[in-house]
Amino acid sequence: MAGYQCDLGRQRHRFDDLKAVMACASPRRSGDELAGIAADSDERRVAARMVLADLPLKTFLTEVLVPYETDEVTRLIIDRHDADAFRPVAHMTVGQFRDWLLSYQADSAALAALAPGLTPEMVAAASKLMRNHDLVSVAAKCSVVTRFRTTVGLPGRLSSRLQPNHPTDDPTGIAASTLDGLLYGIGDAVIGINPATDNVPACIALLEMLDAVRTRFDIPVQSCVLAHVTTTMQAMERGAPVDLVFQSIAGTEKANRGFGVTLSLLAEAQEAAKSLKRGTIGDNVMYFETGQGSALSADAHFGVDQQTVETRAYAVARAFDPLLVNTVVGFIGPEYLYDAKQITRAGLEDHFCAKLLGVPMGCDACYTNHAEADQDDMDVLMTMLATAGVNFLIAVPGADDVMLNYQSLSYHDVLGLRHLLKRPPAPEFEAWLDKAGWLDEQRRLPPWPDQSLVVSALLGSAAR
Amino acid sequence: MSDTPKDKPQDPWARFRSATRARIALGRSGDALPTKALLEFQLAHARARDAVHNAVDFDRLAADLSPLETIRVHSAAPDRPTYLRRPDLGRRLDPASAAGLPAGEWDLVFVIADGLSAAAVQVNAAPLVQACMARLGHLRIGPVVLAGQARVALGDEVAAAMGARLVALLVGERPGLSAAESLGAYLTWDPKPGRADSERNCISNIHADGLSIQTAADKLCWLATEAARLKLTGVALKEDAPSLAGPDNEKNQLTDRS
Repeated sequence: MAGYQCDLGRQRHRFDDLKAVMACASPRRSGDELAGIAADSDERRVAARMVLADLPLKTFLTEVLVPYETDEVTRLIIDRHDADAFRPVAHMTVGQFRDWLLSYQADSAALAALAPGLTPEMVAAASKLMRNHDLVSVAAKCSVVTRFRTTVGLPGRLSSRLQPNHPTDDPTGIAASTLDGLLYGIGDAVIGINPATDNVPACIALLEMLDAVRTRFDIPVQSCVLAHVTTTMQAMERGAPVDLVFQSIAGTEKANRGFGVTLSLLAEAQEAAKSLKRGTIGDNVMYFETGQGSALSADAHFGVDQQTVETRAYAVARAFDPLLVNTVVGFIGPEYLYDAKQITRAGLEDHFCAKLLGVPMGCDACYTNHAEADQDDMDVLMTMLATAGVNFLIAVPGADDVMLNYQSLSYHDVLGLRHLLKRPPAPEFEAWLDKAGWLDEQRRLPPWPDQSLVVSALLGSAAR
Repeated sequence: MSDTPKDKPQDPWARFRSATRARIALGRSGDALPTKALLEFQLAHARARDAVHNAVDFDRLAADLSPLETIRVHSAAPDRPTYLRRPDLGRRLDPASAAGLPAGEWDLVFVIADGLSAAAVQVNAAPLVQACMARLGHLRIGPVVLAGQARVALGDEVAAAMGARLVALLVGERPGLSAAESLGAYLTWDPKPGRADSERNCISNIHADGLSIQTAADKLCWLATEAARLKLTGVALKEDAPSLAGPDNEKNQLTDRS
């Protein structure tokens, strides 16, 4: 490899290889600085973007960033590339590709047809040439629809994950957070618990509890206990009511091994869950979480910048036809995304890149208490993501997760967004709210007083 | 509220509230949070941020630990912003600190690291060390090391320099909104730079509303005694320990825990 260069006035910026161009072209972020691969000046950042803009898109098919021979994620990306689908943009540079993505020709149908022809690295490169608003407006043209008991990702709708975590997995405590969320119309993407203890009996107990709530109220929704994939596989063997199989994934084989997974293990889990045939309108049975920084944290990034290596995780996700994928954008900590500016940007990048690749992307708009961010910043991110057509957002009671000790969105936030932007939940779930008599004449979900029939029906019948 | 008990309707959430600290049934102002709930959240977040950014008063901590001897050290991270961005620097001693550590024949050394919560260290560290001292008369215990801008792995370098066979590192845990004063304790046999997290035993969630000082001391001293007997810490030791499992699903491992 000859390397790359860009002359700006008297200054010549040299880049050893494509990885260096990609890393330097990324907006400033603490994770790339921690890895020692970030641009050391703002000018160099722009120089790298200028190199990238002139680079033929097809370069990424021949010049891989992580070796093909030693990484099964690279092999997945290259072996499954659809050259026919790629043809409409095969002659373009990265800069021309960005312009085309923003053009009127790149409509929903064209973008959907293109998805199998794109690789994560192409999409990551294009994102580095985009402003936040570009990321929103292109993603808004993409539609990735998936089904299990509800239909998630339809244009003009906003789904949500209800996350009723409890520090000791107390069933009454989890039921309390679940019923509270239902009163805000939350949960049409999934009711999903992060278990405090990852073992098979605890996982089965929670699955049975969620399934009992679902069937008692006849709610069209799917449930998930976000245990390790091997725990869920054992739960299935023991006959537990598993709707979705969850797993955290990353963008390299080594990072996935750090999570205790391989592609073949994920395939095995997908087959097991599909064979249960629990979905009523579709068989998208997988749920994945990703997040910038996870590969570096596992010392498995191979000098690739954190945004690009994150995008490679979406190639893993799309191989298993997931119902849901979400980035946990602000969760991994300030050593990877330091402040609200970095968290916001990363959330929009992750959503844009996933959608272009045909992945049903949602987001946990969130932050930890050692990051420079607060709920005002989440307001900005959630509004931009909803405008961009994000498939779902995660919500917890009062935005405070008392098990994982971080802040996400509240039930209020998602409900308010739905009303403000006129984006109702999944149609099956909306019909259930309507049938239960919870919607007002403007199809809003109003605040029901504690003494109302709606509340007493839900809480009273839960008490039995 | 002016409601008399007679007028006040029964709260249908009452039995649920006692089962969780989650912010359930907050009420609504339109679609938004009511003012009271909004300000309560902001207060909790402010306290959590203060716990992260305030400095531990190490003079006061040393006085609280008296008559135990203490030694001050500092990591290679000069300040809090650097500490938050560069976890690698928080795991190493600055050269001046490394030079000043006395070598000895110690079975166990306690290191108190500020970590991510000054409040946790200020309130809980000295009582925990004292409770352990009362239980560990059979071990030779070195001076207590007080470490600024420090992460868990810093204890390995400190203990290796002092020649200790076992290090117990107490650290302020990342604050949540409902627990800003939570202390963690990490026990490592044969400490030296490069030890993996799987080679440690961890006791988490030590604070007034979590694991009590006395219970934490019981667990830590049981582990320390077993570690000295078996000459190991980590996964192999944890399996024998009774009821030590704490929350172990850090969002299914998407985060770096050290």
